[in-house]
Amino acid sequence: MAGNIWVVAEQWRGEISEVSFELLALGREVADQLGVPLEAVLMAEGRKESAGALGKADVVLYADHSSLAEPIPDVCAEALVQLAQERRPRAILVALTNVSMGIGTLAAAKLSAPGINFCTDLKVADGRIEAQCVLYGGKMEATVTAHGEPAILGIWPGARSPEKGRATQAPAVEDVTVTLPEPRVRLKRYLEPEAGDIDISQQDALVAVGRGIQSKDNVALAEELAETLGGAICGSRPVIDQGWLPLSRQVGKSGLSVKPRLYVAAGVSGAPEHVEGMKNASLIVAINSDPQAPIFNVAHYGIVGDAMDVLPALTEAVRARKG
Amino acid sequence: MKILVLLKMVPDVVEELEVAPDGKGLDLEFLRMILSEPDDHALEEALILKERYGGSVTVAALDAPDVDDVLYTALAKGADRVVKVADIEPGTTTRMAAAALSGVLRESTGLLPADLILTGSQAIDDLDGLIAPLLAHSLELPYVGIVTQVRADEAAKTATVIKEYPGGVRGEFETPLPVVLGIQSAEKPPRYVPVAKVRAAMKSQPIETAGALTAADAGGPLAELVAMNKPMVTGAAEMIEGSPEDIAGRLCGIFAERGVL
Ligand SMILES: Cc1cc2nc3c(=O)[nH]c(=O)nc-3n(C[C@H](O)[C@H](O)[C@H](O)COP(=O)(O)OP(=O)(O)OC[C@H]3O[C@@H](n4cnc5c(N)ncnc54)[C@H](O)[C@@H]3O)c2cc1C
Ligand SMILES: Nc1ncnc2c1ncn2[C@@H]1O[C@H](COP(=O)(O)O)[C@@H](O)[C@H]1O
Repeated sequence: MAGNIWVVAEQWRGEISEVSFELLALGREVADQLGVPLEAVLMAEGRKESAGALGKADVVLYADHSSLAEPIPDVCAEALVQLAQERRPRAILVALTNVSMGIGTLAAAKLSAPGINFCTDLKVADGRIEAQCVLYGGKMEATVTAHGEPAILGIWPGARSPEKGRATQAPAVEDVTVTLPEPRVRLKRYLEPEAGDIDISQQDALVAVGRGIQSKDNVALAEELAETLGGAICGSRPVIDQGWLPLSRQVGKSGLSVKPRLYVAAGVSGAPEHVEGMKNASLIVAINSDPQAPIFNVAHYGIVGDAMDVLPALTEAVRARKG
Repeated sequence: MKILVLLKMVPDVVEELEVAPDGKGLDLEFLRMILSEPDDHALEEALILKERYGGSVTVAALDAPDVDDVLYTALAKGADRVVKVADIEPGTTTRMAAAALSGVLRESTGLLPADLILTGSQAIDDLDGLIAPLLAHSLELPYVGIVTQVRADEAAKTATVIKEYPGGVRGEFETPLPVVLGIQSAEKPPRYVPVAKVRAAMKSQPIETAGALTAADAGGPLAELVAMNKPMVTGAAEMIEGSPEDIAGRLCGIFAERGVL
């Protein structure tokens, strides 16, 4: 039926991603406000049983095809476009993750339909969908509307709690047919992360350094604090790219998600790709020289200052208190 | 190996950003533009590939303030040819930019065909789409994004690329050439080039220019930005002020209260 709200259910390595449930929770709200059904689109090979978990949707459209065994954006976009041309949804929610990145943009281009990236929230006003977006590394927000259908909406992880997108009842599952070529891009293998010396996702206290730490030498200041706190050091992407810390210490979209009791972020701006990996820490302290740094929007305590001054002072104070 | 790199300038978010008087975009007056960081990595990867396989690197960039510096720097780093795509209007969306770029690629001599078309995986202002998949679509080429390593086999016309997944997992993909790649980070951090070399490039090598579509040609945006604002501070961090020692003392108290000490 035309006019429905669709959620693309992301499946990767045999699992439905958590973010799919977040999108279902958000999609459910939008569909209810518009008074239309919510449909989940699951594109895979031999994974029909996974559809049962997507009960937050009224219907799961299940496309089974050998070319969909791995979520190759080229192929997923083509399948999505065929289904959308047939069924004319009003909006399609796609997760902005490393797995799904590109699907939304490709589908929007193929359909000559509007695409809106970086959405953190969707609202319905006067029967129109309004997207709330985060731009410029978290420094600006925008309200964006689409001209044309379907609106293809790229949603950041964390828009809703995944718990709200789970359901106990099983959805109706409809088999749908897509005609796909052999993928041009082929997965040869997955490379597992090299085991680091420690697993940062298992630490109670983490001290994270960002580009603001400025040099490899300064990383030692954070290392000392981490040791004193009985925790470990981790970092944002530029710090890993510079080779100042190994990949096993990266927090965020391409790295690990962490949930320590304490997360001290020093010289980290708080870009959405970093925040999605640490926002659930129980206590977040941010040290940043820029009072406008987006990290202060997720931190519980903020210090506007030079990390190179605050870190050693904090190490000293913690040492003194520990006696 | 013929490598084409597409570069885009974005606002430097280290500077304070202000909303334009009409409330629908950034105030351009106070904006400092810098090369989008993943694009810098795309250029670096292209230069690494040229060193490894031989061939040429051509850089095309949309016109923007300070783009000349970036293009001369690219020449100084080892690019063979740089092209500035002109007539881009302020406020151009990524999709219009992609349409303009693909038009120029098709119409200018000697830019296409290329074996590899590299660009950054994402820019901080890619509100209505990402350049790499948009170009892949309009050039009818395959696309792989979030790429951190490229190995090419010119004879077989294939490339093996590494794409990043969550949790430090990576995927090794094989793709036919030509391909459009969204580069996340280069195999090595982008190289540094002394200012003297950039000055020398300015004197000896030209920036070519090519025309482009205007926003009107592209048909106007399909995604309309109706309002822009600075984020409302939601979780509102409690700010701690004072000397580093005062701050450290306060934090220690909080740590102890929360049972993390
Ligand atoms: C697909 C994709 C995946 C990504 N995955 C990840 C990921 O897994 N993890 C990740 O972190 N990023 C990831 N990113 C990158 C992300 O977009 C940001 O570029 C990155 O998080 C920025 O890191 P940063 O905060 O260290 O650097 P910047 O944004 O450059 O911030 C540096 C900060 O340091 C502050 N500063 C400077 N000097 C000082 C000082 N003396 N004292 C205190 N503060 C100072 C500055 O004010 C600034 O806020 C990804 C991007 C993409 C497109
Ligand atoms: N009105 C438009 N708004 C934004 N992007 C457009 C528009 N028209 C075309 N494009 C982009 O230009 C590319 C080429 O389009 P086409 O001319 O349909 O091949 C497409 O991939 C679209 O992303």
